[in-house]
Amino acid sequence: MIERRTLLRAAGATAMAPLLARPALAQSATGQGAALKIGMITTLSGPGGYLGQDIRDAFALAMEMEDGRLGGTPVRLLVEDDALKPGQGKQIAERFLKNEKIRLMTGVVFSNVLGAVAPDVLDSDGIYVSPNASPSTFAGRECHRNFWSVAWQNDSLHESAGQAAMNLGFKRMFILAPNYQAGKDAITGFKRFYKGQIAGEVYTRLDQTDYAAEMAQIRAAQPDAVYQFHPGGLGIAFLKQYVQAGLSATTPMVLASPSMDSTTLAAVGEAALGINVTAQWNSDFDNPASRRFVEAFTAKYNRTPTYYAQQGYDTALAIGAALKGTGGSVEDLAAFRKAMQPASFESPRGRFAFGANQHPVQDWFLLKVERGADGKPALVTKGKVLENHTDAYAGQCRM
Amino acid sequence: MVLLLEQLLNGLQLGVMLFLLAAGLTLVFGIMGVINLAHGSLYMVGAFAAAWVAAQTGSALLAVPAGLAAAALAGMAVELLVLRRLYARDHLDQVLATFGLILFFNQGAILLFGRQPLFVDIPEGLRGAVEIIPGVPYPAYRLAILAVGLLVAAGLYGLIRHTRTGMLVRAGATHREMVRALGVDVRKLYTLVFGLGALLAGLAGLMAGPIFSVQVGMGEQILIMTFVVVVIGGIGSVRGALAGALLVGLVDTLLRAYLPALLRGAMQGPDADALAAGLASMGVYLLMALVLLLRPRGLFPAHA
Repeated sequence: MIERRTLLRAAGATAMAPLLARPALAQSATGQGAALKIGMITTLSGPGGYLGQDIRDAFALAMEMEDGRLGGTPVRLLVEDDALKPGQGKQIAERFLKNEKIRLMTGVVFSNVLGAVAPDVLDSDGIYVSPNASPSTFAGRECHRNFWSVAWQNDSLHESAGQAAMNLGFKRMFILAPNYQAGKDAITGFKRFYKGQIAGEVYTRLDQTDYAAEMAQIRAAQPDAVYQFHPGGLGIAFLKQYVQAGLSATTPMVLASPSMDSTTLAAVGEAALGINVTAQWNSDFDNPASRRFVEAFTAKYNRTPTYYAQQGYDTALAIGAALKGTGGSVEDLAAFRKAMQPASFESPRGRFAFGANQHPVQDWFLLKVERGADGKPALVTKGKVLENHTDAYAGQCRM
Repeated sequence: MVLLLEQLLNGLQLGVMLFLLAAGLTLVFGIMGVINLAHGSLYMVGAFAAAWVAAQTGSALLAVPAGLAAAALAGMAVELLVLRRLYARDHLDQVLATFGLILFFNQGAILLFGRQPLFVDIPEGLRGAVEIIPGVPYPAYRLAILAVGLLVAAGLYGLIRHTRTGMLVRAGATHREMVRALGVDVRKLYTLVFGLGALLAGLAGLMAGPIFSVQVGMGEQILIMTFVVVVIGGIGSVRGALAGALLVGLVDTLLRAYLPALLRGAMQGPDADALAAGLASMGVYLLMALVLLLRPRGLFPAHA
């Protein structure tokens, strides 16, 4: 009896394993003593670790391209791993605020961590610039004058996918997402722009690895196409099993960018050919800013930058533009806001502006996985899906 | 009807996958009295080693022994270096030590392979689909997993029932002290059993590579379900592990497949889907609670 109880307790402990803290990383890019400190709280460990890694690396790259400065101001980047644990993110934020006296923070990848970090930063008159997570909380009624998103508002990812499904002429869609907040938001966002028929709506588990049951349901429903939101490893498993079930030959797929980035693509391989993806940027964009970024990133890190890398890079550029306007000071918040709002930097995305709620107003593009010049599957830009797209919550924001 | 058959196959296939992991875990716990939280890490070692060798050589035939050997060797090394010092200690110490091993293995995998998930392809001959039921193509690879799992189950039965080593294993599971008193080299037996458990975990890992995602932390995801299987089947019983694994696989798959449709008959569409998803994910744990209520020592208790 005792043995079984211990075993059950042990099972509980295992559930915590991926969340356990890893040693903190602090990295200083410049040696100057008077450099402005920027705090980066991001996810570097666990299955979602490569997202934070790309954001960190691209941010550091932007600093390096300007010799350790952003907008002419010497800066020092302090990086800590939140391990996808809201409590840990909050502790790091408090330490950054109280011990390091940092006023400017960025880095959070996941919305649940942001929910714990951002209020602390904003309440103590700090500035938070988001390179990824941007839940509806900070975009609508609760928007904050010191909160900026350089990525997108979460819903836009799925709204653009919904619009893409309309444009591609799919009449009956089968949609799937994990049963948690971001999964439900994905379904809501998709349906906001998709006006066709829903052939089936399935919520999967966040810890699920086997999707055979779902594959059988999709085959039975015979939809025109499938939309699914499964970030990271979940998406890799889903896609592989989709192909193995023989569904990719009959049923096309539409995805939002988090379910198909260049890292996922490398892990899925040939199986991804033909999949439609919507994103705000892609590594094949033909503009000088994008070419410069992709070249520098590939040269330094020897891998193709993901969307996350591009977002981290833009975050550094946006902060640089604001610092240039204030002469390197973050003390006068009104002056910082005034310098930040025009977004006077050259984004690899092309057109980029901040809306009234300080979230991006930007274009969304349709990408398709095709065989690249080297024979390997690559994401190829096909055209625009949405133009000057703002988010559904901007109207509720009163600054 | 055809759909039900397909879902039953899916459930069985998930079941044998869980069985490969649970068999090792239950043996180690039953015979050595050690809770090995790092069992999932051995599964990860098997998957990574096979994926790496397959990528380097392009040969699935070489990847299989590589994955098996890596997992078995890692397992035996863990037993010799760490667990051997812990047999006499409290369960809490063992849990702490093997929990530490999880962190060690995960960080090691990050250092060696990076955070990006690895790509694994299905071996050439198993790529297509087979029409076992008319009109429903079923992936050949999944059938192969099912076959391998059942073969291993039969092999384990033969090993444990009809060989001298198996006799010692059985004796060790029921009367540990007596086996020691009869002069059997228990230390060697322990290393062997642990290596066998690790080998099976590695087999599960290398077979999971082409369908799941090969990445750091993949072991912990599936280990929770494995613990449920071990508790349902009865700790220390391989027969129980097989029964528990198939039961858990079937219940989990069928609930996910049919609960939403059942609930949709009774309530609004989106609400039914969300509620069904919640209930389906609780299903195996409810099953475990039920089994514990009716048969507190599991379905096939080893220490009868």
